[in-house]
Parts: sequence; structure tokens; C-alpha cells
Amino acid sequence: MSAAKIQLSEIRFKVNGVERSATVPPMKRLLDVLREDLALTGVKEGCGEGECGSCSVLLDGVLVNSCLVPALQASGCEVLTVEGLATNGALAHIQRTFLELGGTQCGICTPGMMLAAESLLRKNPHPDLDAIREGLAGNLCRCTGYMRIIDAVKHAIEEPILTADLAPEETVHK
Amino acid sequence: MRDATPTRIVGTPALRKEGFGKVTGGARYIDDIVLLGMWHGATVRSSIARGAIKDIRFGAGINWDEFVIVTAKDIPGANCIPLIVDNDQPVLADARVNHPEEPVVLLAHPDKARLHEAVEAVEIDYDPLPAVFTIEESERQQTIVWGEDNVIKRFLVEKGDVDSAWQHAAHIVSGEYRTGAQEQLYIENNGVIAEWSDADGLIIRGSMQCPYYVHKALLRVFDLPAEKVRVIQAETGGAFGGKEDYPSLIAAHAGLLALKAGRPVKIIYDREEDLAATTKRHPSRTRYRTAVDKDGHLLAMDIQVDLDGGAYATVSPTVLSRATIHSAGPYLCENIRVRSHAWATNVPPHGAFRGFGSPQTIFGIERHMDQIAKAVGISPEEVRRRNFLAQGNATATGQLIRDPIDLRGMMDRALKVSDYHAKRARFARENATSSAIKHGMGIASFMHGAGFTGSGERYLNSLVGLEADASGHLTVLVSSTEFGQGTNTMLSQVVAEALGLSCEDVSIAQPDTNRVPNSGPTVASRTTMIVGRLVHDAALALAGILREKNLLSEEFSADEFRAACAAYTAQFGALRSEARYQPPKDIFWDDAKYQGDAYPAFAWAVYVAEVAVDTRTYAAEVVNFYTVQEVGRVMNPVLAAGQIEGGVAQGVGYALYEKVVWKDGRMSNNQMTNYIIPTAADVPNIEVYFEEMPCEHGPYGAKGLGELPHDGPAPAILNAIQDAAGISFTSIPLLPEDIFLRMAEAPEPECLEIVGSAKGPQ
Ligand code: FES
Ligand code: FES
Repeated sequence: MSAAKIQLSEIRFKVNGVERSATVPPMKRLLDVLREDLALTGVKEGCGEGECGSCSVLLDGVLVNSCLVPALQASGCEVLTVEGLATNGALAHIQRTFLELGGTQCGICTPGMMLAAESLLRKNPHPDLDAIREGLAGNLCRCTGYMRIIDAVKHAIEEPILTADLAPEETVHK
Repeated sequence: MRDATPTRIVGTPALRKEGFGKVTGGARYIDDIVLLGMWHGATVRSSIARGAIKDIRFGAGINWDEFVIVTAKDIPGANCIPLIVDNDQPVLADARVNHPEEPVVLLAHPDKARLHEAVEAVEIDYDPLPAVFTIEESERQQTIVWGEDNVIKRFLVEKGDVDSAWQHAAHIVSGEYRTGAQEQLYIENNGVIAEWSDADGLIIRGSMQCPYYVHKALLRVFDLPAEKVRVIQAETGGAFGGKEDYPSLIAAHAGLLALKAGRPVKIIYDREEDLAATTKRHPSRTRYRTAVDKDGHLLAMDIQVDLDGGAYATVSPTVLSRATIHSAGPYLCENIRVRSHAWATNVPPHGAFRGFGSPQTIFGIERHMDQIAKAVGISPEEVRRRNFLAQGNATATGQLIRDPIDLRGMMDRALKVSDYHAKRARFARENATSSAIKHGMGIASFMHGAGFTGSGERYLNSLVGLEADASGHLTVLVSSTEFGQGTNTMLSQVVAEALGLSCEDVSIAQPDTNRVPNSGPTVASRTTMIVGRLVHDAALALAGILREKNLLSEEFSADEFRAACAAYTAQFGALRSEARYQPPKDIFWDDAKYQGDAYPAFAWAVYVAEVAVDTRTYAAEVVNFYTVQEVGRVMNPVLAAGQIEGGVAQGVGYALYEKVVWKDGRMSNNQMTNYIIPTAADVPNIEVYFEEMPCEHGPYGAKGLGELPHDGPAPAILNAIQDAAGISFTSIPLLPEDIFLRMAEAPEPECLEIVGSAKGPQ
């Protein structure tokens, strides 16, 4: 290949609780480092320009669009991706409510959306409806119309849910 | 099978079958898949709307030896993606380009980062030809860009005698309505990986709705026998119609590169390319001229439907068909004429998007019904109530409504749950005296036909399979795809219900043309009603096979079923059943006259929008949205409500946010930054109510519901805006700048339509 030699840097950081490193061009997008170098493909790309939020991860606890973050900036940081939400194979509460309440349809926005929810709940453990809507407004979902995502976040605050409560408004049988 | 008997699993909120992978990040979408030695592909597209290609040059500064380059000359078979019209869209433009995003050259390279500059370095010289970009330019027929008259497809539907009805009219109301293009905006962009080997032929993995469409297209493009093309659907991150036909083209491109490169090639569009190049909803113009009596009963409807089809036919004939059939709405009228045209223009072909033509004409008829109400001096709910179709009535195509239908009951319920009357009275009072913010309520009532139009299902002749292993675990074999709607879950519920098992006892095979039969495309709200019914029949057939061998009695427990499967497989080997589509006996369709039973069943709905219009910022906001629908039996209340809510949100976007800005046939705002869809902060509170009237065609009485919720929101919202602001807006998308213009020009309430007493046709 004829490409001019690109300087590579070693990035060390903690990803989902584990020390990791990657030797990459320093300006490589964190999104690509996670997906390509660390095989964390739960992080999704929807736009590459900071609009859709499907690439959302927590960087030192702050919700960021990983498509806008150069690898260098993540050096020495803690990164949380969707793969780090479950512990020992047991779904986190937010994952359960998304699954049970219909918060995921095609699923492409779901990893980023759950991290937005996680970030919101860490900052504000009892958000009201407006706070939930605001907290999720940086993440686009084209499938759900958001109602069931909002529900999933609401229920993640409250007691664990029972599938019996999940039905929509009453149905008339004729 | 009109079946209202209690069920164990159908009707319950069974968990999304593939949901675990989706909430853990384990689900594998196409861009998550990496094959050994895989290269990346990119597309060089035309830079003009229409013209002859003179020369293709590969510019300086690039080491072209590193690249695999494909042009039309490299296509082994036909240079065409056939769908409905033969010799339609080329795989790669050869002598001519007909729109500004037409693929001309393909490139592949091991390093994705190198492709961008290489694409930029390909120079194509043209002799430009005149082009047309709108319905108006196309119908003027001064520049002919398609056939002899720019008409891709036309229909004429006639019922009764429209021409002699005008003289009996108390009022004649006319109106013209317009809808813009709309992008599906699935969050996962289009993408495909192709592999080629002489032994196996072509293997395609991709984000798609219809593996057998891709399969069919590739057979021709590569001139291969059926067994040498294999198409596998990867997890698909949303589609909404946008991955119905276009993936065939991308698969052909990736395949050509893989064939020439001798290694796997992945093509993933970025958002800008996906927005600019792939299909969108057809822009439309509908014209209504209606005669009504003094009480508001429809006497005659003369309807013109015009769609902008874009540069090739692709799915336009069927979109136009659905638009035509839905254009008279859920109303009884003895005299109807619909003349419809899909016009060719030099923009990228418009394609399938949830609703498939019906959101366009339902926007027209439902805005128009409010204008009729005004002309007659009755309320919007009353004009609809007086004209609703009822059991035993005939639709525009002469289809007799055999099933019971309850539009009046649904209207009552929609008005009740939305607290319509009280709110409307309160808003009228408040709007008069206040204030910056005006509130309003609007209604839309409508229907959506489930399944392919007319004889479509007969031609599809769908086949499904069901397999059981020795442990009694079942695998459903269908080409019907999951892309968020809940196909996998719904089909599991059907099988589990039919055989007395649980959903965990059922798997859905990954759609792979080497493994699953062709159960038809995943479009047209057909999967639950048509494919679900076939899967149900296959389940019963499987139990039948076991009974034939005396391994199972009429009534059986789950354990007895498992024991029977074990015994069968030990003695006879593979246990497998099939079911093929059988056209219902009493359904007839005349393609020539466009008369008859257009759909086996319709879903019906009444929606109410509550809006607030800020007269200082000119922003319209939907505050509450109430939906009442009858979709037959509800298979899974969580998934069904999720479909309705998602469709309503897209409808809100269609009405108030989503504007494709065109420049010389090309989308110029092809970024998520400036093509705006609703966020969690923008969507209204959406309430979902179902009425259940089991339908004989679907499994356990289900009908299709996927597209229905996109049909009603836009007209309901604009009707509500008229109620709030006193201005009749007739075109969408309606952005604050559009509201500003009208308010600045016409502060007084205005009615664009001609309203008056009739003296006969003019
Ligand atoms: S991919 Fe990062 S915000 Fe869309
Ligand atoms: S679930 Fe498909 S985009 Fe959100």
C-alpha cells in the first residue's frame, strides 16, 4: 500500500471494567476503536456526525457520541458500552425493562438508548416524564415512537415489573 | 377461521423472540460482520440528472492498481434489476444516466479509508439532456424522459356514474392536497457483504426485507442457476419499506466487486449516501371534486391522484395501485371515479415506505372531508359518521364489505377517550380571547388493506415450512424477515398456540434462501395475516403427520407431543410440514377493470390529534394523540401497541418535521443534522386502543396492522391545526416557516376550496 505512514499511538483505557489497550492512529474515532480493535460491535453507527446517538457510550460516566471522540481523548478513561451493562450474564434492570416493555424493536438504537437512560438515572435517580424525554432526546429511534422506551425508563426507577402489567390500554372484544 | 375462542399465548405480551441479543449488544447486524480477507466497496454516482455518458476517466494521484474497478461491462448477465417492469433500473449506468445518484462505477479496496478520495477522483464526462423534476414538469410532457408520455403507470377506477351526479348536488367541494417525499430513516444504513466462489456461487448477507427479491434479481444479473445464489438476511436495523427493493441493487454491486476481486466485499452506505441515493416515499398531488347533498352525504367523487415516481418504475405501479384504491377513504359513495398516474422524473426512484401510497391519498381525502363539513355546516365527526362504509356496502372498486365493521363505534370511542367535545368547546372559548397559543382537535378516519393488492397473493403463491427435532423443538422456515415489527415473536406465538407448546419451544430459522422456502416479501402488512395463517396451517399439518402414524391423539399435552416427535424421528427421520397459500374462494379481482376484492381484509381506524399552535414562533406541536383501531385479533398487545406508536411518530414527522429539500433532482439536506425526525422530546403522548373483531383470513382472527398507523396522523394533525388557527393548510410537511408564510399573508381564516351550490358540471 502506498499510504503515507500514519503515526500510531497506544491507547490504554478501562473498558467495561477491564484494562484494555489498542495501537491506533490517535485521531481514530473511539467508535471505530471499540468496534474494530476491541470487537465491541454493540456500539452502533447511525450517522457519524453526532446526531443519532446510536454510538453513545459513557466516558468517565459522561454520555458521549463515540463517533465524535478521538481515541486519544479516551486514553486513561473508563468506558462503558452496552456489553458492560449486564453482570455475569444477568441483565441489568434497564435491559430487562427495555426487553419486557417493548423498548426495543429493530434494536439498532437500543444500546445507545440504554446508555442514555443509564446516564440519566445516574444523574437523576427519579426523573419525571419531562426529564426522561429530555434525557433521551439526543438519541433517535425510528421504530418505537419512544412511548415504550420512556416506559422502560420509568419502570427502571420503580419496582421490578411483572409482565402482566405490560398490556396497553384496555382492549374491547366484540 | 373466525375464531374468538380463548387462547393461551396468542394475545399475551410474549417477550420479543430476538430481544435478548438486542439489549445485550450481541445481535449481529451487517456492519458487525467481518469476513476473512474482506475488502470494502464504494459507488461512484452520476453528477448530473440526465445525459449520455461520454467518457469515464480515472484521475491522477491514485494508484488505481490497488483497486478493483467494475463498470457495466463487467456484468455477466442482464444489466437490470427487474421487479415489476422488465428492463427497468440498470445495475450500473452504461450509456445514459437518468437521475443524479445513478451508480456508474464501483470500486473496492482493502482499506475503507482509501475509498473516499478514489471515488472523488473518478471523472465522468456527459452530454447533458434536459430533465424534469416535478409532477408538473413531467405531466406537461414537453420533455419526455420515460416511454412516450412520461407515464410509468396509470389506473382508472369507475363506480356508478360520476358525470350525472353533479346536478343533484347541494354543494360541490373541490380541493387540492400535496405531500412531500419522506425518508424512511431506519437508523441502520443499508449494507451488504458478498462472497463469491466457483463451487458455491454467490453468497449475499445483508440488511434487507425480502431475501427472495434479492435472489431473483441476482439470478439475472449474474446469469446463474437458482442454486448458485444464496441470500441471507442479517439482523436488520429498521426498514419500513426502505429495504424492500434497493438492497437488490447493493447486493448486485457487492457481488460484482466480489466476483472481480476474488474475495468478500462489504458495501456499507454512510448516512449521506443512504439519504441521497436510496428510495423515499413518493411525493403526491391529489385533487378531489365532490358532490354532496344538503346533509353532507357524498353523491359523487371525482379524484385525481398523481405521484412522482422518479427515474425508474421499481415499485411505483403497486404504490400507485394502493394509493388509488385507498383514495376514496372509508366512505360509501355510489359514484366514484379515480384517475391516477405515476409520473417519471429525473430524481432517484421513489419506493416503498410504510403505507405504500395510502398515506398520500388518505391525507387528501381526510383533509377534504373537513372541507366538506365546513361547506355543509356540520361537524367533522358528523360528516364522517354520515358517510361511513358499513357491512354490506361496496367500496370504490366494488368490493363488498362482508365482515362486520364498526366505524361508528370507533368514532364514539375515539371522541370519548380524547375527551373531544369538552376539549373542543374549551379550546374554542380560549382561542377566541387568548393568546399566543391556540389549541385544536382534529380527526382522521381511514382503513388499510392487508396483504398484496388484487391478485398479488395468488401470484406470490407463498410457501412456509415447519420442522421438529427429536426433542419436539420446532423451527419455523419462512423468508419473512424481522426488522423490528415482531415477526419472529408473532410466528412463535402462532405455532406455540396451535400445538399447545410455549414460545420457548419454537425457533425461527434465519432467513437464508438455502434453508427457507419463499413465503413472499415482508411488505404490505401481510406477514401476520397471510404468513401467520400459513404457519398455523403448517403447525396443524405437522400434528397431522404424527397422527397419521398413530403417534399422537386428537388431544395432546406438550409432553405427548415431544414423545411423538422423538418416536417419529427415530422411525422415519426428518419431521417436516409445509403449507402453501390457497386463495380464498370468495375473493375475486379483475386487473383489467380494476374492480373487485382489492384486499382480503381491511384494518380500520379513527385517530384524534390534539395540537397547540404558537402564533409567535409559528410552531405547531402535537400534544396528545389518540388512536382507536380494529385490526382483527391482537396477537401481542405490547408489540402491536409498539407498532401503532412507532407509526404515529413517523406520521407526526411526515406532517410537521420531515422535509426533503431538492436541488436539480438531488436531496440537498442529506444529513441527520438537517433532515429532522421527532425525538423523545417531540413526540406527543400517544394512546393506543384496540377493538377486536376476529377476521376469518388471519391466524386466530388477526389482520395486518404494520402500515395502518402511518396513514392517519398527518391529516388528523392538519385538521387540528385548522381547528386551532382557522387556516386550512393543504400540504405537508408543514414547517414553522410554512405556517409563518400563510399567517403573514392570510391572517383571516381562509378556505382554498371552491364551495357553493351546483348548477351542473363545469
Ligand atoms: S453515529 Fe454517532 S451520533 Fe450518530
Ligand atoms: S428500535 Fe429501531 S431505531 Fe429504535
